[in-house]
Order: sequence, then structure tokens, then C-alpha cells
Amino acid sequence: MTQPTQPYRLPQGGGVDRSRALEFSFDGVPYEGYAGDTLASALLANGVHLVGRSFKYHRPRGIVTAGNDEPNALVQLARGARTEPNTRATQQELYQGLIAASQNRWPSLSFDIGALNDLCSPLFPAGFYYKTFMWPPGPRWWLRYEHAIRRAAGLGRAPSEPDPDHYEHRYAHCDVLVIGGGPAGLAAACAAARCGARVMLCDENASFGGSLRGAAAAIDAAPAATWLAARIGELAANAETTLLFRTTAFGYYDQNLVGLVERVADHLPEPPPFVPRQRLWHVRAGSVVLASGALERGIAYAGNDLPGTMLASGAQAYVTRYGVKPGTRAVFFANNDSAYEAASSLHDAGVVIAAIADARPQSALSGKRPQRAHAAGMPIFPGSAIIRAHGRLRVAGVDLISLGGGAARRIDCDLVCLSGGWNPAVHLFSQSRGKLRYDDALATFVPDASPQAIVAAGAASGKLDLSAVLAEGYAAGLAAATRSGFHVAATSLASTADAIASGPLQALWSVPSRRGAKCFVDWQNDVTVADIALAAREGYRSIEHLKRYTTLGMGTDQGKTSNIVGLALLAAELGVTIPQVGTTTFRPPYVPVTLGAMAGHEAGPNIEPTRHSAMHDWHVEHGARMLNAGLWKRPHSYPRQGESEDDAANREAKNVRTNVGLVDVSTLGKIELQGRDVAEFLNRVYINRWDTLAVGRCRYGVMLRDDGMVFDDGTTSRLGPTHYVMTTTTLNAVNVMQHLEYLLQVDWPELDVFATSVTEQWAAAALSGPAARKVLAGLVSIDVSNTAFPFLAVGDCELVAGALRIPARLFRMSYSGELAYEIHVPVAHGRAMWEAVLAAGAAFGIMPYGTEAMSTLRIEKGHVVVGPEADGRTTADDLGMGKLVSPAKWCIGKPLSARPALTAPERWQLVGLTAVDGAIPRGAKLVADPGQAAPTPMLGHVSSWCWSPNLGVSIGLALLSSGRARHGETLWAVSPVADARVKVRVGPPCFIDPEGERLRV
Amino acid sequence: MLLIPCPWCGARNQVEFTYGGDATLKRPSPDANAEGWFEFVYLRDNPCGPHDELWLHSAGCRRWFKVRRDTRTHDILASARPDQPLTGGKP
Repeated sequence: MTQPTQPYRLPQGGGVDRSRALEFSFDGVPYEGYAGDTLASALLANGVHLVGRSFKYHRPRGIVTAGNDEPNALVQLARGARTEPNTRATQQELYQGLIAASQNRWPSLSFDIGALNDLCSPLFPAGFYYKTFMWPPGPRWWLRYEHAIRRAAGLGRAPSEPDPDHYEHRYAHCDVLVIGGGPAGLAAACAAARCGARVMLCDENASFGGSLRGAAAAIDAAPAATWLAARIGELAANAETTLLFRTTAFGYYDQNLVGLVERVADHLPEPPPFVPRQRLWHVRAGSVVLASGALERGIAYAGNDLPGTMLASGAQAYVTRYGVKPGTRAVFFANNDSAYEAASSLHDAGVVIAAIADARPQSALSGKRPQRAHAAGMPIFPGSAIIRAHGRLRVAGVDLISLGGGAARRIDCDLVCLSGGWNPAVHLFSQSRGKLRYDDALATFVPDASPQAIVAAGAASGKLDLSAVLAEGYAAGLAAATRSGFHVAATSLASTADAIASGPLQALWSVPSRRGAKCFVDWQNDVTVADIALAAREGYRSIEHLKRYTTLGMGTDQGKTSNIVGLALLAAELGVTIPQVGTTTFRPPYVPVTLGAMAGHEAGPNIEPTRHSAMHDWHVEHGARMLNAGLWKRPHSYPRQGESEDDAANREAKNVRTNVGLVDVSTLGKIELQGRDVAEFLNRVYINRWDTLAVGRCRYGVMLRDDGMVFDDGTTSRLGPTHYVMTTTTLNAVNVMQHLEYLLQVDWPELDVFATSVTEQWAAAALSGPAARKVLAGLVSIDVSNTAFPFLAVGDCELVAGALRIPARLFRMSYSGELAYEIHVPVAHGRAMWEAVLAAGAAFGIMPYGTEAMSTLRIEKGHVVVGPEADGRTTADDLGMGKLVSPAKWCIGKPLSARPALTAPERWQLVGLTAVDGAIPRGAKLVADPGQAAPTPMLGHVSSWCWSPNLGVSIGLALLSSGRARHGETLWAVSPVADARVKVRVGPPCFIDPEGERLRV
Repeated sequence: MLLIPCPWCGARNQVEFTYGGDATLKRPSPDANAEGWFEFVYLRDNPCGPHDELWLHSAGCRRWFKVRRDTRTHDILASARPDQPLTGGKP
């Protein structure tokens, strides 16, 4: 069972609740922590430092930081389908029953076969796989190597089951967004809120406070905790202020759009009912205060990656925030004053400070913090450095040298705390296109100016002293509110803290070591000082190239602790200044963001909207499998008991030509056109003439694009002198509407035409077959005889079925080639109309038919479809509709369709194909002789194909070079993919009733 | 994601809009020669800096309008109805 003690837990201090013990396990070993712990602090409380193996050399690695910059402590959270790889133990809040496992090791964390890589490291220099796997030449071997490399690479395991959680997106607007809830952020948020601005304040931790959490500092002559509670209370009481915990700003986009990810339930075993796991915020801010703090950096020396090596700020945080001693005997290695504060915290907690090695000379140690450490009796070694660490799975000691020369002195310890200085977290500032400036005193880059409304405050702008942080925070909040149009409130108050005199930092990036020793710059990607030197020698002079060659700054931490060190070392290698090297580009996301949060609710069936016709439920109830047609669902066919879908479609298609069928055509685009100039407008957008169309008549039309290719086809009917209704293809409805709106609003605003999409307002069905009129005669209120309602007639009527009276528009038009009518009714009447027509047709053998039979019927008739035939490369003439182009008028696309290349006789033209024997294969190409040596000249391709139940043969439509001149020829339809070839006879595209007599009866 | 000022509806998120290409093109008269049509259909400038372009408020008022956008920075410098000139941030 759980080990009862937490040997490294302090008796008091820190923000954990010692009355609430939580059980968890790591690599199968049960442990205990407290509410308020992170996984990392709970592991350290139990003395566990070794938590993972490094990416490339499989070296043992421990917890380095207490924040989002953690490079090493990446674990697999095992929660069944909720398993998550690469979780930073420093960011994962502990919950009861948490199960975590280390990554990248086999068979166990303490004995890892992969560590052989470390012994063979001369084989794995920077860019090793670009060098090692280049032989033999040619891509085949690389592909084999790549397979093995991919398997060896990577850290955790991705979940293999569907994600059981849901995620949500929220859109928010505010006057001032404050990123970071530390002293600067709280001061800024309060200042802006007092001006009346709507403020959003986010912090990635479970509570606000940032560097003040657990700190001994005083503000306004009272403990910092008092100030913290007052500011949080003030903000929480303000109804216009939104406070977001566990929320990280990860991306800064155009016009002050900031992406936040809120980990709503990651601190719980699983989300409560109806609560999302994570929430992605799209915040459009009037202005932004970036108070994201600063990240400490390490110093490279041999063995600086042994477990027990931490950043000084991390070690301090475990003491002050979690009440955990990260070790018993510590050596500090620093080049600035901040490490002394950490040393004092550890000292006060009972950690023996065995040595503080400071790279600076004695004269630089006049600051208040070193003086205090000295007074407390901590042994300080000025002008010294750690040159080497000893130990295997945990640091056991270090060798100290004087930078002035002399022998090394070994000091035993189980904890090394590094402080190489501080890097402001400028990531979001840089993403806002803000320029960075190199600050010599801090030896790092700080925010300069941004074209967007963002201002950095506190440690994020390079201020490390609390008094300066608070002052800048207030000023930034006021500036942000002013920028968003608010007046500075007279009651604005400033808080003060005592300034602490500090000595200057002395830049130190690495300590020279013997050849072959590994001095790590980037812990996560195993990039050493030697790798950077090698890359520089090999000519990688740009920091961007260095990054890609050595993988410096890649991975889940994106080099938060290592980037500046790496580019400083490159600068030294190249003999240039650090600003001359510059930084790599900061890109979103600042921290890893789950794909689930990115997707939100737009996953699975909700990935896009679904459109149902009014008859959808009827189709489903009658056994139809619904197919996607754009966003619409359409019935494929209506199989009967024991019938295959193909048989059903053939039966349906045959029944249309022998009796009568009914098909749902509600998905066609429908556009109402009204105005005095509609006929002129139609003349311009269609290739044929429209000024001759009489009221009560409809006409088929083809639209071209400006480049002369076919854009869409459909019918337009004239319902009244100035009232027309256009239909478009299902898939092009939106595009046609947009095209017409563009022409009417931008190019020809002088035309008196109004276009309105009415696709959703009308349900429509096509009634086709020799018995169509008999079905309709008993159903509609008007005379539908051939003389009263001839082919291409249009009229309003009523459907009368018993007590039911449905207003309808009746069109006599035919897609199937049979006597046919389209019935359009207001959408609410769609299903009633459908059922009434089927009932009226029962005596005449009516059957509903789906899109498969509809397609068969149109192929038999040689009708083209936008997509297969009108594929964006075909002209009206290619499709056999050249005669439709009116010579009497201009239209869109007409000038360019007259280009020589678009009128050449060898163009691919529409033809019909009849299989001589067998079935035309899927996706076939047309060739004269399939036995020819490759590459066989391709004469064209089959665009549509089907079994024709009415002809009893496999037929197809094809685009064939000089097709119209080849009628009667025999060619081969071949599919190398299906390894099929079928002899086909070329003919005209229309197979049934080419004179069109059936549809005029 | 851009914040685009629709002249009718005000500033809205980019997701509500559809891009419509170069706003400086003028449709040739019906009797224009092949070169005129060729230029209109195929030739586009790719300016580095302010660019006048058309947008459609497709998930909004469904009106086309003009936007002057800096292609280097995504800054929206001006917007206007199709029949009115863009003012500010001269290209």
C-alpha cells in the first residue's frame, strides 16, 4: 500500500493542504501527496528525482523546474482512453488515484537498454541521421532507416481509443486582457478595472500570485499574501472582470486576438458531467498587458543533466509553494543575485547549503541577498564554477574550480541549483510582431515595441525587482485602459515594496570541460555545447539553421530554458554578438495545446453542419442509406427485403422508364430573381437567350466562368413579368449565389435585379415516367394535359389529397428523359406532398428512387453533371452544347471560350461508350491499344459509368480527344489500378430516345 | 484571425467572410479584345503592402465590399462599399 511518509515534506509552509492526503502511483509504485501538490512536488516529497530518460541518449533525467518550462519531467498519464503522453509533471495537479508512468525507457527507468546510445554517442553527433543514413544513395534505403528511426524516436504513447471527453470554444471580448496573475498582472488588472475597463485576467496556475506565492516579500509594509488577497478580492468583486485560472495564453494573432486554453478538468480524475475537459478561448482584446513573467536559464557543464540538478527558482518554489525539500545538501551555481534568495529559502527549510559557486568576483557580491547569505554562514565561492558533476542516477557531488585557475575541489551534495539569469517570457510579445531588444545587463532579449496594442510589464519586460514590477504593472494597466478609450481614474493607487539592492549579472553560458564530456544546453533534445560548436564548424551560421540541424529548442518545451544559452554559444563560436545572431521565430503555441481543444465541439458528426430535406425521415424510415452530397444527405436507393443496393437502384431506374418514379430533388439550389432587368441579367450569365422566355415557361441554361469553362447548369422559370426562379446544381448552389451577388453588387449595380436564395424554403420532388401525368391528374387543381401544360410549362397549383390542400409550384421539366414534372412546395409541406404523390401513384406502380437510379437515368440520356463532365476544364462545346451559345448576345465566358486552344478539334469532347463485353471499370482511361509499350497515349477518360438496366449493357460517358469525330470507333477502357480492360464502342452520348419524344408526350 | 470592418455591420470575425480577390479589376466591356479579357481573368498583382481587395460578408449581410489590407502585416487600413472609394492608407 502507499508509503505512509513523505520524507522530504516540510512540517509547515507551502500552499498544500496537509489534512487531505492523496494517493497516486508512479511506475507502479504507490505514493502519497497532498491536495495542492503538482505531480512533481509530490514525487519530490517522496524523494523521487529520477522521472524520465532523455530523448536521444536515454540519460537519466530529473525534475528541473516548477513550471511550464520543464524540459525533462514528461510523463505518461494513464487514464484509459484519457491517457496523455508528455504531460509535464510540474504542471499536472495531483488528484486522488493519479497513475503516471515514465517514458522513453525499457525495460525500466533505472535500467534502460537505450542508454547504450549514450556510450555510443560519438556515433550520434548533431545531425547524425543526415550524415549516417545517406548511404547507399537513393531514397529506398532512407525510407527503411526512417522507419527504424521513427520507432526509436518519440517519447510517450498516443491514446489509441476515441477521446471520451468533450471540449468547448468560447469567444470573448474585453477592453484589457492581462496575461499572467503575478504581481505585475494583478497590479495591471486592478489599475485597468478601476478605470472602468472590462478586464480579463488569466493565469496558468490554479491560483493567482505568480512569484508572490509562498514568497517572504512585503508589499505596502505588510506580507505579500495580504496584498495578494486584497487584489484578488477587489477583482473578484468587480462584475466587469473575468478571472480565469488554469488558463494559458498560447497564441497572439492578428488584431489583438489571443488564444487561451483553460484546463477546466485536468486536475480531476475525469471531468464532471456536462463539464468540458478543456476550453479554448478566442479573446479579442482592446489592448493586452503581457505579465507572463520570466524563465530562469541554466548553465552548461559536464553532467549538468543528472537528476538532482534543478534551476534555483524551481528548487525554491518546491520549498516555498509546496513545502517540499528538493534535497538535503545543495550546491548552488549562479551568476546573479536571485540564486541567493533561493539559497536562503532552502537554508531556512533546513537544506544544508554546501557551497554557492558564483562566477562573479567578490566585488560583485555586494547586493543585499549575497550579504544575507554570507551572514547566514553559507559558504560562498566567488569567481568559481562547477566543472563536472558526479553520480549515476542522482547527483552525488560536484567538482568546483576557481575560474582564475587551480585544482578542482570535490563537494558532495544531492542537489545542484543553477541560475544563469532570467529570460523574460517574450513569446507572445514576439508573436504580436513585437520587436525584441538585447539587454546587456540581463544578457537576454526584452520586449521593445509592437505594432499591436500590447505592453509587457514586470518580469516579462525584464524587471526583476518587486518594487519595479509593481510600479510597471500599475502603469501598464493604466496605459492599456487609456489605449482602450478609458480615462485614468482619480482613485488609482500604487503599491510599493522595498527595492532590494542587487549586484550586476555576469553572463556565463557554459564551463569548458574535457573532450567528450556532455555539457547540456537543451535537456529535452539532448543538445550539448559540443553539438553547437560542431554545427557552427559545419557552416550552420543562422540560428534558424542551427535549430533545425541540432534540434535545439524543439520539442514540447520549445527551448524555454535553453534557447538563449544556445544562441549565445553560437555567437561565441562565430565571433559575433548575441543580437547579431538574433532569436529563432516565436510561434504559437506557447505551451502544448491538445488537438481536442483546437477542435472543440467540431468533431465527429459535428465537424460540419448536416442538411436534411423535409423528406429525410421518410427516406430513412424506408430503408435508404443516406449519402453525402455536399452538406446534404441524399438517399442512395431504397432496397427491399433481401435486395442489394445495386439491384434496388436498377429496379428503380427501370421502373421510371416503364411506370413512374419519385425522387427527392429538394437539395437543388433555388434562387428567386425579381426586378425589371432579370432577363438582361440572365442573358449575361447564361450562354443562351432569355429575353424570349414567356411568363409560365422555363428553360435550361448553362453558365460559364469568365475563362470560358462551364461553371454550372440548371433551369430558370419565369413566374411573372419581373419574377423568376433559378435552380442550380446541389453542390454549386452556394457558389452560384455568391457569383450572382458579386455581379449584381460589384460589376453591374445598375441592373434592377434582386437575388434571394430560397433553397431552404422549398421542398421539391421530381415525378418521372410514362404514368406521371396519370398520377398528377388526380392530385392537382390544374389541367396537366399536354396542350394545357406542355413541356417546359410552369404554373402554380394546389395538391389536393383528401382534406389536404398544399400550395405548389409545378414545373414540367425532365432530367430522366421521361414525361416528368417537378413539384415544389413550401418546406413544411414536403413530407405530406411526398406521401400524397406516392399514394396517388400506387395504382400506377410508382416507386421512390434514389440518387443512384437518378444517375443511371441521366447517363442513359447523356446529361452532363457538374463535377464528372463539367470538371472545370470543359467548355460548352466540349460537352456538346456549343449550339446553345446564342450568337445574338454577349455572355460571361464567351470572349475567352473563342480562344484557339478552346476550339481546337482535338479537344476532349463528350461521347457515349458502350461496353462490347464486360463492365467498364471504375476510373478508366481510354486508349487505342492497351498492348502498346508504356507510356500508352491516353485519348481520354471515362467520366461517368453505370450498368444500364434499360439497355442491359454497361455504358458510360467519356471525354475523348476529337470525340465527336470518333463515333463508331472501338477503343479500350483500361484501369491499371484495377488491372482491368474492356473494349468499348464510341457513340453519341445519348443512349435512349435521342429525339426527346418521350418527354414531350 | 482578422477583424474585418463590414461597412454595413461593423467589425466582425474573419470566419464570417469570404475572400473575393483583387478589387481594382474592372470588368472589360463586352466588345473588349482578347488581351483585355486575358488581363482581367488571369493577371494579378501581388503587392507587398496595401492591397485593395473584395470581401463578401457571407455569413452576415451577404454584401460585397472593399477592404484595404496590408499584405505584410494584415493591418486593415480601410473598408468601403463597392460604389465608394477606399480612403486612408493609400497603396
